[in-house]
Amino acid sequence: MNIVVCIKQVPDTETQIKIAGDGKSIDQSDIKWVMNPYDEFGVEEALKLKEAHGGEVIVLSAGPKRCTEALRTALAMGADKAILVEDEDLYGADPLAVSKILAAVLKDLNPDIIFFGQRAVDDDCGICASGVAEALDLPQISLVIKLEVQDGKVVCHRPVEGQTNVIEAPMPVVLTAQKGLNEPRYASLPGIMKAKKKPFETKTLADLGIERDDKLEVTGLTPPPQRAAGKTIEGETPQELAANLLKALKEEAKVI
Amino acid sequence: MAGVWVIAEQRDGAFRKVTFEAAGAARKLADELGCEVTCVVLGKGMQDACAELGKYGVDKVIYSDNDAFAEYTTDAYVNALGAILKDGSPQIVLMGASTQGKDLGGRLAARLDTGIAVDCTGLALEDGRLKATRPIYAGKVYAEVVIKSDPQIASLRPNVFDPVERESSAEVQSVDADPGELKTKVVEVLKEAEGKIELTEAQIIVSGGRGMKAAENFKILEELAGLLGAAVGASRSAVDAGWRPHSDQVGQTGKVVTPNLYIACGISGAIQHLAGMGSSKVIVAINKDPDAPIHSKADYSVVADLFDVVPALTEELKKEKAA
Repeated sequence: MNIVVCIKQVPDTETQIKIAGDGKSIDQSDIKWVMNPYDEFGVEEALKLKEAHGGEVIVLSAGPKRCTEALRTALAMGADKAILVEDEDLYGADPLAVSKILAAVLKDLNPDIIFFGQRAVDDDCGICASGVAEALDLPQISLVIKLEVQDGKVVCHRPVEGQTNVIEAPMPVVLTAQKGLNEPRYASLPGIMKAKKKPFETKTLADLGIERDDKLEVTGLTPPPQRAAGKTIEGETPQELAANLLKALKEEAKVI
Repeated sequence: MAGVWVIAEQRDGAFRKVTFEAAGAARKLADELGCEVTCVVLGKGMQDACAELGKYGVDKVIYSDNDAFAEYTTDAYVNALGAILKDGSPQIVLMGASTQGKDLGGRLAARLDTGIAVDCTGLALEDGRLKATRPIYAGKVYAEVVIKSDPQIASLRPNVFDPVERESSAEVQSVDADPGELKTKVVEVLKEAEGKIELTEAQIIVSGGRGMKAAENFKILEELAGLLGAAVGASRSAVDAGWRPHSDQVGQTGKVVTPNLYIACGISGAIQHLAGMGSSKVIVAINKDPDAPIHSKADYSVVADLFDVVPALTEELKKEKAA
């Protein structure tokens, strides 16, 4: 099976995010950059499929040179080859613009499955996979928590409100991985060493003959809305605390 | 310019609440722009239900009836809506950021070669163009975004926008939209346990964290939740410990919830958890550690042992019910 996993490099979720001087981008100093956590589920699933069915796993990313690290992590986990569309200005772009760039690479790779994480934990959009699927005219199944491959098709479990849908699609197909799909492996030391020798291809937008086309533009960034200061519920006993809390919720907050 | 449009969401022939929320938001924008609200409904046997959308601020409904629309699939909905929207040329298109909306919105935007603001918490107009506010970096930062092309598409975070109510009936126009080729097929539906309230739709959530100490202790939260008509959530610690399923996780790598009331029991309040419940209207923290970060985010703090307070709350509620 030939599989491509699209990965994104994002700030670690512990990172304190600061707004840059221009007021519409983030301050990129002091950031620990990692592979998007949801993408790890995609890499792991691809590796498991390769172990079961043979074939090749390629990891693909688009962004500044530092994205090399995230791709090397995937190679260290066991992916066979990495491709980076290198562009120093791409971080923060309209995800649908990025999807066109990725599609330009993917159209020559002919994978059976294209994995994405269900969303990137920086922009929280979750639409790049859809853009790729649309550009390549492929079916898509998002939020996959269980995957089976059977005779040229995939059977996926996708949770929606109140139920889980079991969905079939023919390959090639675009899938987005949700937490619970698998337990991503850690890169081993031998894996990290091997990764250094694996094929790593770099392309530019000019190589692909593509121009960046953002329809979505960020005009400003602000800190989150402040909540009003809260109060501590008084009481000498658990019963008093309970009674006072319920009273506040009923009479003051009016939520019960 | 053909107005502000809403993409309805339905399940089993009934509109889901996000439809009314989107209609309410659309009504406000349309009033400011001086145009109409049109709602597109794809479904089966929903002709009568469509007129009721007038009560929620909708002027006109475009309805397409087809077996292929009874249940959502990406292909059928994008094919049909792509054509209908191309024909109607709306300025602005709104939908709920439910799991359906999150699957549909991006592909629809790509189909129409436009942009989409996902999971918005605010909408405004500037020079006649939509300006949307949306949380990014798990809500550590809020972004103001605009879309340079038409239609300007936005999906709305559930339970943030209010439906409007008015005495009105919508004019319903039937069309025959082509679902096109369906490449995916729902072969089975595994329903949740009867009566289990979906976290992302719950008005009240009682949630447990590492302080719960063991899986069986969640029983006390379930009892309290039962009396409040609440759903039970969990922090990542509780899920990673194997006490609760991942589908119950609230947080950055779990679900984002927007209930009216969120009661956090034995949850420290790590930033990733706050990312998931920070938009709750009222937050209660029950945690015996006075330094737990959750207390600084709570509207009401109870600095006491949850194993004393939660049963006491349950007892108090039972007494009130019996009275």
